[in-house]
Amino acid sequence: MSRLLEVKDLSKSFIIHHLTKKMTAIETINFSLEEGEFIGIVGKSGSGKSTVLKSIYRTYLPEKGSILYNSEKFGLVDLAKLSEREVLYLRQHEIGYVSQFLNVMPRTTARELVEQAVIEMGRPKDEARQAAEDALTHFELDPELWDSYPNTFSGGQKLRLNISCAIVKKPRLLLLDEPTASLDDASKLRVREIIERLKIGGTTLIGIFHDLEFMDGLCDKVYDLQKKIVV
Amino acid sequence: MHDKPILQVRNLKKQYGPGCADCADPANRIIEKNHCPKCQTVYACRNISFDLHEGEILGIVGESGSGKSTLMKCLYFDEAVTDGKAFIRSYQGGQTNIFEESSQQHRFIRNYILGMVYQNPILGLKMDFSSVGNIAEKLIAAGDRRVKRMEERSKELLEHVHIPIARMKDEPKKFSGGMQQRVQIAKALSNNPPILFLDEVTTGLDLSVQASVLDLIKRIQRELGISMLVVSHDLAVIRMLANRTIVMLNGEIIEQGLTDQILEDPQHAYTQQLVYSLI
Ligand SMILES: Nc1ncnc2c1ncn2[C@@H]1O[C@H](COP(=O)(O)OP(=O)(O)OP(=O)(O)O)[C@@H](O)[C@H]1O
Ligand SMILES: Nc1ncnc2c1ncn2[C@@H]1O[C@H](COP(=O)(O)OP(=O)(O)O)[C@@H](O)[C@H]1O
Ligand SMILES: [Mg+2]
Ligand SMILES: [Mg+2]
Ligand SMILES: [Zn+2]
Repeated sequence: MSRLLEVKDLSKSFIIHHLTKKMTAIETINFSLEEGEFIGIVGKSGSGKSTVLKSIYRTYLPEKGSILYNSEKFGLVDLAKLSEREVLYLRQHEIGYVSQFLNVMPRTTARELVEQAVIEMGRPKDEARQAAEDALTHFELDPELWDSYPNTFSGGQKLRLNISCAIVKKPRLLLLDEPTASLDDASKLRVREIIERLKIGGTTLIGIFHDLEFMDGLCDKVYDLQKKIVV
Repeated sequence: MHDKPILQVRNLKKQYGPGCADCADPANRIIEKNHCPKCQTVYACRNISFDLHEGEILGIVGESGSGKSTLMKCLYFDEAVTDGKAFIRSYQGGQTNIFEESSQQHRFIRNYILGMVYQNPILGLKMDFSSVGNIAEKLIAAGDRRVKRMEERSKELLEHVHIPIARMKDEPKKFSGGMQQRVQIAKALSNNPPILFLDEVTTGLDLSVQASVLDLIKRIQRELGISMLVVSHDLAVIRMLANRTIVMLNGEIIEQGLTDQILEDPQHAYTQQLVYSLI
């Protein structure tokens, strides 16, 4: 096994100008991840779980520390300092992010959304079409929904679409930010199955799930944000 | 991944007015927002620098009067810059400052390399020419003389932007705002420019029309790989279109970054105000 990610002394605070307030979300976080591993992140609400994931994905600008990532394309890089262009490339080809929210484009069907994810990688249209159908079938989105607009989908359907969009790119590292929030138990179970399949397929994962039961037997290790240790 | 940007802009400045002792020195300027209360000189763009990469949509947001349209007009040579440099990769190997070129060369660049969709359709279209004629005009400027071919190409472009065949010979003055913007887009695309400037193309349109124009812009990026500079004061538009975003205030760039980062982790007080007022 080789190391895919190493988070070193990562800190992030937010400066809210109109309140002249600085609030620290996370402080000196350390953990690392081997290729193919699944690490869970736990901590009570507001402890900074999403902040960790968003800092890795660069939706948040990391403030201090480093996020060393072993990229297929660029070799060992620090995501905390990588250029925007390179971050965009990695999002396109190597690092995926899934949350419970869906970023919908107007007048874009579920099928088109997944196809676009492939086309953005520079793949031909017919390949994108096939890959999209495979992904939607694999994640069991009802084929009747493929050609409709996702803003009408239920939480579970949106999630399956979100995961399809991320997975169709075959990311090496997948970040999951409470994808099961607001799902019923049956849907949660299916998400669990999806994650198990991804693991078997070799994807490296970092996941936040607010019920710990869900993580049971799924994660290789768990990072506790409050205790700041891997348990 | 092509490393060299398709367009590089460095320290672009545009002022309206002569300046006076109070405002001439950029380092010790006493001005209100973007203008000098003493001599009324407006500093519409101050030291604007950025790169536009191949196939990318770069968003520019900012409040009214922040200098967005002025920047676009300078880049399209509608306005002469006060100072600054810009380089286009496909023009003389990206070695020549395009602002220092002759007006003849400016015409060449406009005809072959750039496309522009204006905030105000009156600036981009002849309102009482037919739509087909409007596009043919741009094709003629780019050296085309084959009437039949031009008409075909115009129709193909208008179809691409969903103007019904029956209305292609109509004058834009008879069209709705959304249709006018779509004709402008068709016209801008007619010479296959590698770079397209879009200034508030969806402003003032109702939501469903907005959606179809946004959809069209995304499709153009996807299918034609054109690099675009998209100006909007509407963050929702920027969020949907742009990979990276520049925030302007009083003629200056105050912040730039990945679009989701600008929206979720804005650094500058003004950007925070802009983003929080959205939620
Ligand atoms: N021809 C001109 N003469 C004098 N001042 C001008 C001229 N054109 C623009 N300005 C000034 O330059 C500044 C920038 O104007 P500009 O049109 O670029 O703003 P904008 O960011 O596009 O605003 P909006 O969102 O309202 O379109 C404003 O203060 C404007 O009044
Ligand atoms: N974009 C943001 N702007 C300002 N504060 C934020 C932002 N994101 C998170 N925070 C703050 O950082 C802390 C950690 O939040 P978060 O990472 O979302 O926690 P969790 O995911 O563990 O519930 C919270 O106090 C939250 O209010
Ligand atoms: Mg969270
Ligand atoms: Mg304007
Ligand atoms: Zn003055």
